[in-house]
Amino acid sequence: MWILIVVIIALAIAFIVIYNNLIRKRNTVKNGFAQIDVQLKRRHDLIPKLIDSVKGYMKYEKSVLEEITKARSAYIKANDVKTKAQASNQMSSALKSLFAVAENYPDLKANQNFMQLQEEISGTENKIAYSRQFYNDSVMDYNNYIQMFPSNAVAFMFGFKSTDMFEAEESDKKDVNVNLE
Amino acid sequence: MVNFFDEMRRNKVITVFLVAFFFCVALLFGVIAGFFIGNIYVGLAIAAVIAVIYTLVVYYKGSNMILSLSNAHEVTKQNYPYLINTVEGLSIAAGLKKVPKLYIINDPSMNAFATGNSPEKSVIVLTKGLVDKMNRQEIEGVISHEMSHIKNNDIKIMILATVLAGVIIIIADIVLRMLFWGGGGFGRGRDNDNNALFFILLILGLIALILAPFISTVIKMTISRKREFLADANGAELTRYPEGLASALEKIRDENVVNTKLNKSFASLYFAMPKKQENWFVKMLSSHPPINERIKRLRAM
Repeated sequence: MWILIVVIIALAIAFIVIYNNLIRKRNTVKNGFAQIDVQLKRRHDLIPKLIDSVKGYMKYEKSVLEEITKARSAYIKANDVKTKAQASNQMSSALKSLFAVAENYPDLKANQNFMQLQEEISGTENKIAYSRQFYNDSVMDYNNYIQMFPSNAVAFMFGFKSTDMFEAEESDKKDVNVNLE
Repeated sequence: MVNFFDEMRRNKVITVFLVAFFFCVALLFGVIAGFFIGNIYVGLAIAAVIAVIYTLVVYYKGSNMILSLSNAHEVTKQNYPYLINTVEGLSIAAGLKKVPKLYIINDPSMNAFATGNSPEKSVIVLTKGLVDKMNRQEIEGVISHEMSHIKNNDIKIMILATVLAGVIIIIADIVLRMLFWGGGGFGRGRDNDNNALFFILLILGLIALILAPFISTVIKMTISRKREFLADANGAELTRYPEGLASALEKIRDENVVNTKLNKSFASLYFAMPKKQENWFVKMLSSHPPINERIKRLRAM
């Protein structure tokens, strides 16, 4: 009789612990995604300043500037994990092109304002990468927990579902074309 | 793969166990002490009181690493934007809610340490030598190592370990003094029946008391070394680039600057303590694992 009571209590405790873990992990995932958004928005806000500082020097580099503009609108339109990831990658490669082309303009490279912006954008790119890393780590942890025994039982009972990682389709990873004339 | 929050919670649990374990050992020494003064309960009570008071005071007073402000300058976005961005980025990767403050201390050696009462109120300090001589990947490796210490609550764990080791040493010291200078209640109420057992316990107790400081130190240093390895591993996971940290350690190992002003009594808090590791005895009492061993493990990741 006593054994039964102890077992029931143990099960109840295990149940509560698992449920709380599920909540905690799911919130970590949500928080992680919000953090990516913060960094993406920050980069988005820096772009106009960047365009301003380079347009005087690079007025003949139409294609590079266009890439940036296209990437910007892609970001504005994106609203789920996959499209956001794609838009983010698009902007990253557009920026890489721009900074590669800027190497041809020594006056621009020496410009204080430009140098600061470059450092700032580079820092933000890193933060986007780190927040993606953290988000993906939390997603993997959460997905593992949902799928593994015994937590999968509790997860199923309360409708906890797997989430997507922050990554883009393979087709969007294309090489950066740099015109080194 | 590591989930950082689970790691942090597990480290908090380890801290609790550590406190409990050392407390028990302190109480055990109280019993031994009590045995010698003829009253076990008194010994126990005194040990308990000392342990509790000392622990509470140091735990809440917190880290007593005083940042000598004349030598340390806070890093701002103006003077080192790259460092600030790096610390902010790594905090995101680590899932820390508050970004640790960054200071640079005016010292030619290459070193770093982290301090602070809790992950929310923490500080990372780099030496000027490190900032000047290391490249970006290496600096990132060092910062990520220190950030892992913060995330793992290592500063608090090491303070606790030091405090509790200190408590044991104090108790052992008091008892030995009582024994050799006062005699205490030694032999009071003993009759000749239990002579043999009594003397065996006496000898064992004496050995325990004499060895207490040594054993406590060894335990504390073993914990410190484990924490260093853990910080190396977690740091590498943050940057996903263990070579940065390995390269930084190599530079420190091959450096020759000995004229550092860094306070040696805080050795266990520093990133590395370069010195020749001769034999197992020296290694056991070392707060850090041998540099070559750390480099080897990082390159194997």
